[in-house]
Amino acid sequence: MSGFATSSIARKVVMALSGLFLVLFLLLHVTINLSSVVSPDTFNTWSHFMGYNAVVQFLMQPILIAGVIVHFVMGFVLEVRNNKARAVKYVQYKGGANAPWVSRNMIISGLVILAFLGLHFYDFWVHEMTYKYLEANPEDPTRYYAETVEKFAPIWRTVIYVVSFVLLSLHLWHGFASSFQSMGVNNKYSPAIRNFTRLYAIVVPLLFIFIALYHHLNPITH
Amino acid sequence: MKLLLKIWRQKDASSPGKMVDYPIDGIEGDMSFLEMLDVLNMQLIEKGDEPVVFDHDCREGICGSCSLMINGEPHGPDRLITTCQLHMRKFKDGDTIVIEPFRATAFPVIKDLMVDRSAFDRIQQAGGYISVNTSGNTVDANAIPIEKEAADDSFNAATCIGCGACVAACKNASAMLFTSAKVSQFALLPQGRVEATERVQNMVRQMDLEGFGNCTNTGACEVECPKGISLENIARMNREYLMATAKG
Repeated sequence: MSGFATSSIARKVVMALSGLFLVLFLLLHVTINLSSVVSPDTFNTWSHFMGYNAVVQFLMQPILIAGVIVHFVMGFVLEVRNNKARAVKYVQYKGGANAPWVSRNMIISGLVILAFLGLHFYDFWVHEMTYKYLEANPEDPTRYYAETVEKFAPIWRTVIYVVSFVLLSLHLWHGFASSFQSMGVNNKYSPAIRNFTRLYAIVVPLLFIFIALYHHLNPITH
Repeated sequence: MKLLLKIWRQKDASSPGKMVDYPIDGIEGDMSFLEMLDVLNMQLIEKGDEPVVFDHDCREGICGSCSLMINGEPHGPDRLITTCQLHMRKFKDGDTIVIEPFRATAFPVIKDLMVDRSAFDRIQQAGGYISVNTSGNTVDANAIPIEKEAADDSFNAATCIGCGACVAACKNASAMLFTSAKVSQFALLPQGRVEATERVQNMVRQMDLEGFGNCTNTGACEVECPKGISLENIARMNREYLMATAKG
């Protein structure tokens, strides 16, 4: 293991593994969110389970937060190191001639997603922690659907969510397929893997956009 | 053909450089890019100015000496060629051509357009070889049967001429394509498997020590490589490295 932890390949592997973990989490997240469109009761049941199950709260949630932190911190470390690797910049550099915009600007899409996560955490996680632990409210398994729909009432929040999901799509477009290359997978199955990852990069963010727009356009009428 | 050349001039490694304009006339489309620079240098010498320093050697696309970032692309706008194979017919009368050295912290400028690429030599020296007893009892390489697909892949990796276009093109100045080609050409052959573990570890360690950036899989290196070295080599090097680490 000598030298591995500080090697450039180890950094690639850390980015790839944490990214793949977050990709898996997104699938779980979008599945639960989709239930809010299909059945408010099912959404309430699943949300309550996620909010009060000890394994989810005290094991899976910290692992998820750690995964997010590792991915972002390593992304910044790579960005700083890569900037140092070309201290004097080109007067003219045609990056677009040989690589797509999304692959060259993962830091931009990543920063937008990070900013979005700040809002998302404030909207749901901080609200949830306040409700459960600071205010010590009693369990209410029926509150989640109404709370979620209410969040999408302001147009500004819905627009921010939609734009962020577009950037998430771009980030996944390059990052998901790239993680396999970083792990050393480049063989006859790679074209199929690339197609799958690109389909995922389109479908999952589109579903998130659909859910946000659906709740904005279908508010709860009292 | 009349052109305006904007060329990076830098006195030495420690001096700051700057772009200098050189109008030039009488350039023929059949000239190579380096011949065009020869014409410019003749004119500069006749005027008593210092000629532009640039790398060149075989002028046949084999040696990997010629470098140059031309209009924002290593080796210019064409594909699968070196700068010496780039012809002036690729440009139009009245064009402005921006010419810079390959830029990477690990490739410091020596003078003008010439850069020090000895970092590649040190990576190669760290493990890009096989240890063979040459005292008279050397086994004929062809005595060991090798699957054609592996032999072809190894040969393709071995066509890397170490020009540094991969580093120059990469937004991170990463040397993963070069290093992986040198790792792969041996890793694919039974003769190279004997030292495979130490080779990949030593070459990656040296690559990191030289200060190259981290690969982010943009694929720019593969597109700009004059020999078409594939990204498959980088994946193979990552696999080799992970397996070597697992072995301890």
